[in-house]
Amino acid sequence: MTSTKTAPVDGPATQEPTGTPLARRLLAANSAWTFAILVALVAFFAIASPPGTFLSQYNITQIATNAAIYLVLGVGMTYVIITGGIDLSNGSVLILSGVLAAEFMVHNGGYKAGWSVILVGIVISVLTGTAWGSIQGVLVAKAKVPPFIVTLGGLGAALGLAQIITTGNDVAGGAPNTLVETLGLGELFGTVPWLVVLAVAVTVAFGLVLAQTRFGRYTYAVGSNAEAVRRSGIRVDRHLVKVYALAGLMAGIAGVMSLAFFHTTTIAGHSYDNLNVITAVVMGGTSLFGGRGTVVGTVIGVFIPAVLNSGLVILGVQTYWQSVAVGAVLIAAVYVDQIRRRSRERG
Amino acid sequence: MTEPLLRAAGLTKRYGQVHALQGADFSANPGEVVALIGDNGAGKSTLVKVLCGAIQPDGGQISLDGQVVHFANPFEAQRHGIETVYQDLSLAPDLDAAANLHLGREVFRGGVLRPFHVLDRAAMRSSARSAFAELGVDLQDIDVPVASLSGGQRQSVAVARAVAYASKVIFMDEPTAALGVVQRGRVLDTIRRVRDRGVSVVLISHNMPEVLAVSDRVEVLRLGRRVARYVTAQTSVEELVGAMTGALAGEAAA
Repeated sequence: MTSTKTAPVDGPATQEPTGTPLARRLLAANSAWTFAILVALVAFFAIASPPGTFLSQYNITQIATNAAIYLVLGVGMTYVIITGGIDLSNGSVLILSGVLAAEFMVHNGGYKAGWSVILVGIVISVLTGTAWGSIQGVLVAKAKVPPFIVTLGGLGAALGLAQIITTGNDVAGGAPNTLVETLGLGELFGTVPWLVVLAVAVTVAFGLVLAQTRFGRYTYAVGSNAEAVRRSGIRVDRHLVKVYALAGLMAGIAGVMSLAFFHTTTIAGHSYDNLNVITAVVMGGTSLFGGRGTVVGTVIGVFIPAVLNSGLVILGVQTYWQSVAVGAVLIAAVYVDQIRRRSRERG
Repeated sequence: MTEPLLRAAGLTKRYGQVHALQGADFSANPGEVVALIGDNGAGKSTLVKVLCGAIQPDGGQISLDGQVVHFANPFEAQRHGIETVYQDLSLAPDLDAAANLHLGREVFRGGVLRPFHVLDRAAMRSSARSAFAELGVDLQDIDVPVASLSGGQRQSVAVARAVAYASKVIFMDEPTAALGVVQRGRVLDTIRRVRDRGVSVVLISHNMPEVLAVSDRVEVLRLGRRVARYVTAQTSVEELVGAMTGALAGEAAA
């Protein structure tokens, strides 16, 4: 953070061997102040709303459920943006994955389909998303088409294919009751929705992969200086394909979640998923220039709009204010990132 | 004289109509600093890129320890103990020094975590510390992104990375170009220290006083060919500049 050009001192240094203290690392993190905003929002709504509304178990569950799908998409987007890329296609890939799964399930029992059919449907959705992501990754990494264009094309193409398959109508009976009653509406121990459990599991798993493993380290390195990574003997193109495939996998998982939660394919319902998720990821401190970001930040970024929405509804304020506030926080987040970058790189 | 550690003979490389290398020779002995000098466009960069595996020559031969070698890419050269410090340093600015030092050579946690390639940060940090200590580099803050280090510190990270893995040859492309006086002196000390371990250091530089100060031998490239070789102790700036510009012709014995 600070560029310390202290004169080198000979002899054993008296610094702690375990690295920077946690507190300092947290302060240095880009997501620290967005976290402060989230805490402030929660505190404000908790105080301003009638007792037993905002912080009720019901409302917290609602907020978490509404955030679950964005959270899963956000994890994939975090990886992509850290490599310096972007994924505009996730909403459409979610729809296409869900539509293909629904088409299979509707022809194999429909509402009454059992677990074996549902599992095949889930596999179809997850594989569709992953395959679509991989193709986009190959186009980005090997064909060198800019990610913005590849995923813009992917956005249109995936939605178009979904509409061709369904002739533009949502697949009635594509979400078996068993799936809806478990993943869609069911709750673990009768309290935590399965949707949230799944989102948390995915977030924690891939958050750890990003922070603690070689895969994550290469993701940061590629976004930081791809040429240096190439010279170190790392296959940059292969890594990029994997990252875009991961984003597709997340869209495939989100496709199943959406199917289970909304009881049907929601072909018209995901047009703004890409922009909402990018907003959340960037608010969470992930740099659009690549090289920096965290899944923890993305979690914060996903919850800011979710908390705002819920709080404003409870207070009886027009929820459109949410869009205004989120827009302002987004621009502020990128502004802070720019300042940081400039002050850091004078060295 | 003993068999050179690294020897190139008759290397050619052309880019379209441009003949970057026209039968260039080069040799480096163990435990010496060879300066590779030449005017802009003389073929220095191309020669170094060929020798470190970054590009393939159209013709000619490279041998290491007397064995003919072909480097299809920089990693094959690295496997043979040849490392390069690029002029742009090739660091990932968002990663810390230890991460940069181990980029592509990460250390993993053992046990049940092994299949997941979980990074062993403590091990990498301590090996980075000892690598810096060995070079006499004092990096106070090993956990901050490299981007927030000073130019000299960044240079040290790049050099330390090369030194940590080079068992035979290190190429350094203008390693002091962006540095102040004190830092420049420190890099030159580092070069000597690396040489004293028996590694061959190939220094590409435009700075003649620096070449004379640190190198043991000088090889001069002009128009894609080696045109002169000198023992540093027996030459002068005038002579080197004359060879570079073509005012003096013929290969001097070295």
